Amino acid sequence: MIKKLIFALVVTAATYCVTAQNNGPSFTRGKQLYTDYCLTCHQDDGAGVPKLNPSLINSSFVSGDKKKIISWVLQGTTDKIEIDGKFYSNNMPAQNYLTDQQIADVLTFIRGSFGNKYSAISPADVKAIRAGIK
Amino acid sequence: MKLKQPSILCFILTFCFSANLLANCNDTLENKNAAPVTANEDASIVLPVGFTAVRFADSLGEARHLIVAPSGKVYVKLSAQLKGAAIYELTDANGDGRAEIKTGFGAFTGTGIGLHNGYLYASSDNDVFRFKVDAAGNVLNPKEPETVIFGLINRHQHEAKSFTFDNEGNIYVNIGAYSNSCQEKDRTKGSKGMMPCPILDSAGGIWKFSANKLNQTYSDGTRYATGLRNVVGLRWNTNTNSLFVMQHGRDGLHDLYPDMYDTKQSAELPAECMYELKQGDNCGWPYMYYDPFQKKKILSPEYGGDGKKEPTENYKAPAAAFPAHMAPNDLLFYTGSMFPEKYKNGAFIAFHGSWNRSPEPQKGYLVAFVPFKDGKPTDNWEIFADNFAGGPAYISPGKAKHRPCGLAQGPDGALYVCDDSGGTIYKITYKAQ
Repeated sequence: MIKKLIFALVVTAATYCVTAQNNGPSFTRGKQLYTDYCLTCHQDDGAGVPKLNPSLINSSFVSGDKKKIISWVLQGTTDKIEIDGKFYSNNMPAQNYLTDQQIADVLTFIRGSFGNKYSAISPADVKAIRAGIK
Repeated sequence: MKLKQPSILCFILTFCFSANLLANCNDTLENKNAAPVTANEDASIVLPVGFTAVRFADSLGEARHLIVAPSGKVYVKLSAQLKGAAIYELTDANGDGRAEIKTGFGAFTGTGIGLHNGYLYASSDNDVFRFKVDAAGNVLNPKEPETVIFGLINRHQHEAKSFTFDNEGNIYVNIGAYSNSCQEKDRTKGSKGMMPCPILDSAGGIWKFSANKLNQTYSDGTRYATGLRNVVGLRWNTNTNSLFVMQHGRDGLHDLYPDMYDTKQSAELPAECMYELKQGDNCGWPYMYYDPFQKKKILSPEYGGDGKKEPTENYKAPAAAFPAHMAPNDLLFYTGSMFPEKYKNGAFIAFHGSWNRSPEPQKGYLVAFVPFKDGKPTDNWEIFADNFAGGPAYISPGKAKHRPCGLAQGPDGALYVCDDSGGTIYKITYKAQ
C-alpha cells in the first residue's frame, strides 16, 4: 500500500515537472503567439478543421519528435498530408519569419495545451533545426 | 465492501439518470426558444411548422452530394470509402421513409453525383465517371464506370469536382482554385498577388463539357465562367434556363493584412456570393471580393486594395450575398409541389458551416432558403433547417455533430439533405397543419 502511494506520488511529481515548464513565461507568450498566428486555422480549442486544417489534439505530429513539428512550422507545406489516418487539404504557410524564441514559445504552448502534456521546446531546439534547413 | 457496492451503483445510476433528464430538459427549452418549429424526434434538426425530418439513412461517413432517382432510390457520393465503396445506393423498400437496403460500389472518393439521360454520373477530385442505369434505377455496370472527363487539376485545396447538367446535353464542372487569393506563396503574410493569376488558365472557374462524350479533358471543354475561387454548390435552373453557382469567398483578410482588417471585419468579409452565370462571365477572383456592407466590389489587398478601392475592371455582380465563410456546399431549386407555394422555384442552400470566422463565433451549419421572384433571388433569405451542429456549443467545425453538405429533391417533392460529418441523410417532408 505504502509502495503504491509512493509510486503515485512519484508519477504525479514527474508529470508536474514536465507540465510545469508549460506554465512559465514561454507558455504565456506562446498563447498570445498562437492567437495571432495559428488560431484562425487550428481553432481556439486546437481541434482544427476536419479535412482542411489538422487537429493539434493528441496528434502524432505534436507529440512525436520535436524536430518534425519544428521543421513543419519553419517550412510549411503545399501537400495533401495524412496525419493519424486523416487527410488535410489546406496549405500551411511557412512561419519562418518568427524568431527561434517565438517558435519555441508557441510550440511549448501547443504541446502543453488542448489536453497535450508534452515537454517544452527551447529556442536552441529551433535554432538547430533552422540551421539544418538553410 | 459488499454492502457498499449497491449504494455506489445506485448513486451512479441516479447521477446518470438526472444528467440525462437535465439534458432532455435543455433540449426542450432550446426548441421552445427557437422560431416556430416542428419537433423531430427522429432527427434533431429544427424546421418551420408543418415540416418533419426523418433519418433516411445514417453512419455513411463523409456523405457529400446525393441524388434521388424517379424510383425513389437515393445515390450518395462519399469523400471517404466506407467498406471499400464511395457511392451508396439506398432503397426504402417498405415506404417508411428510411432506407433498409444499402449497396456500395465505386471505389473512387469525391463529391459530385447526378443522374442524366440514363446514366448515373459521379466525380472523383480529378475525373467524372458514369454508370449506365436501367428504368428502375438499377446501376448496370457498378464495376465498370465509363470515363467522361479526366485529368482535371487537383492540388488538394478546393479539390471537389461538383457538377450539374443543362437541358441540352452539357455538363458544367467546378474546378476550384488551389489557392486562397493567388499569392506567390499561398496564405503567407506579405506575399503579393500574382498578376495575371496563372491559376485561372486551368482552375478557378466552371468548365463546360459534353455530357455524352467519353474521355474528354481540358482541350475538349470550354471555360464557361472564370474568376470563381471555389464552387461546391452549383445547379442548372430549368426555370430561368441558366447556371447558378455559390462561391466560397476568400479567407484570412485579418491574418494576411492585420493593419487593414480587424478580426471582426475578417469574420464578416467577404460575402458568400450567388452568381447567375452566362458564358464568358468573370466573377473577379482573386482580384476583388464582394463587401456586403458597402454593397460594392472591393479590390483585393493582394492587388493594391485598401478595403475601399474598387476594381477598375468590370466584373460580374453577385445575384445574392450571404454572411461570410458559411461555406455553401450545395444549391437546389425547388420544383416540387409538396412544399407550400412560397418554396416553388426558390433556392435551398446547404451551408456547411464556417471555420474562418475565429476568434469570432462560427456560423452556418444550416440549410437556408431564398425565395425567387421573376427568376431572381430576393433579399430576404431565411434559415430553413437549423441545429445540424447539435446546439450552440457545437457550432464549430471540429465539434459539429452534423454538417449539411448535399441537397436533393425526391419524386414526391421531399427534400433530402446529406451530412459529411455524421454521415446522416435527412428526408424532410411537409404536411399542411
